Amino acid sequence: MTDATSNLTGPQTGEAGFGDYVALLKPRVMTLVVFTAFVGLMVAPGSHHPMVVFASILFIALGGGASGALNMWWDADIDAIMRRTRGRPVPSGAVRGDEALSLGVALSGISVIMLGLAANWVAAGLLAFTIFFYAVIYTMWLKRWTPQNIVIGGAAGAFPPMIGWAAATGGISVESVLMFALIFMWTPPHFWALALFMKSDYADAGVPMLTVTHGRPATRRHILIYTALLAPLAIGTAFSSIGGPVYLAVAVVMNVRFLIGAWAISRRDDAAAEADSYKVEKTFFRFSLYYLFAHFGALMIDAGLARFGWGLW
Amino acid sequence: MAFGKDHELHTRRFGRNLGLGLALLGFVAVMFGLTIAKVERGAPVQQGFDHVLRPEMLPEETK
Repeated sequence: MTDATSNLTGPQTGEAGFGDYVALLKPRVMTLVVFTAFVGLMVAPGSHHPMVVFASILFIALGGGASGALNMWWDADIDAIMRRTRGRPVPSGAVRGDEALSLGVALSGISVIMLGLAANWVAAGLLAFTIFFYAVIYTMWLKRWTPQNIVIGGAAGAFPPMIGWAAATGGISVESVLMFALIFMWTPPHFWALALFMKSDYADAGVPMLTVTHGRPATRRHILIYTALLAPLAIGTAFSSIGGPVYLAVAVVMNVRFLIGAWAISRRDDAAAEADSYKVEKTFFRFSLYYLFAHFGALMIDAGLARFGWGLW
Repeated sequence: MAFGKDHELHTRRFGRNLGLGLALLGFVAVMFGLTIAKVERGAPVQQGFDHVLRPEMLPEETK
């Protein structure tokens, strides 16, 4: 038998399964990208061919995945330290770092060019900028340098609905900026809640999260401030051309609950949080995911109602 | 002669090749679908002058 691999035993590095490469693209983050980009595209004015919609979303998702692979390539050293990320394909040894880099670069090029061909070059340009922003500005620069990493870096996650809108209309408008702003303002409280119950993970890895640089009480206050700033923006979007009665009702209910959660977090200290295993922080973090899906889901419903002539404004 | 069980490494390699093959097939399908969609939608603008008079290409008369 001439196959040199036949005598190898145990798990092999450099012989990753297909699932390892899929994991490099951060599929869970991709669901958020797909959903918000889809909403951005569907609430935009005009009619859209289903195939163009499908292809646009596919390539936006692929671009998001490419930036995830680049992020995992660059962050392999700190991912290996943090409990939450040490099972990722690069730190676990399933995929080599240079493979992650190659996949990220190749998929970035493919996704941008294909989005340009499928939709238009404004959307493709925005996607290219998003990949650059996430991989270079956030991952390589901000993440290890400033406690504002999540605040500014949040822009990368906020671009997908704007790209979706641009894919449909070929431009940028107040409505797409409002969708961008909604995710941009939502990101800090979402990640700071995570940082609170991840305890020493970020400190061990030397990532200057707000919990590490300014302390946990300051992080709790920041969550409340950002949630308070987010609420009027989220509710105000109801009165734009993409809003409607369903969105208004959802936004009011979700923001009141989000504010109550942020207030509860700001009133607690770590002793109380330790006593109940960070129950309030974990509930707030989980609710923040529903919060975003509910807002964008409501935008979709209102867009659907408006198309059937049932929109109120 | 009975075949031995595949080594785990070969199973993994097969899965990777299968996944890549399906991804490429999917890409071809998307390209095909996009081409059909673009041709369907883009038909009117793809007409050019070819030495034959076609009334549908003339500017509309203003009343």
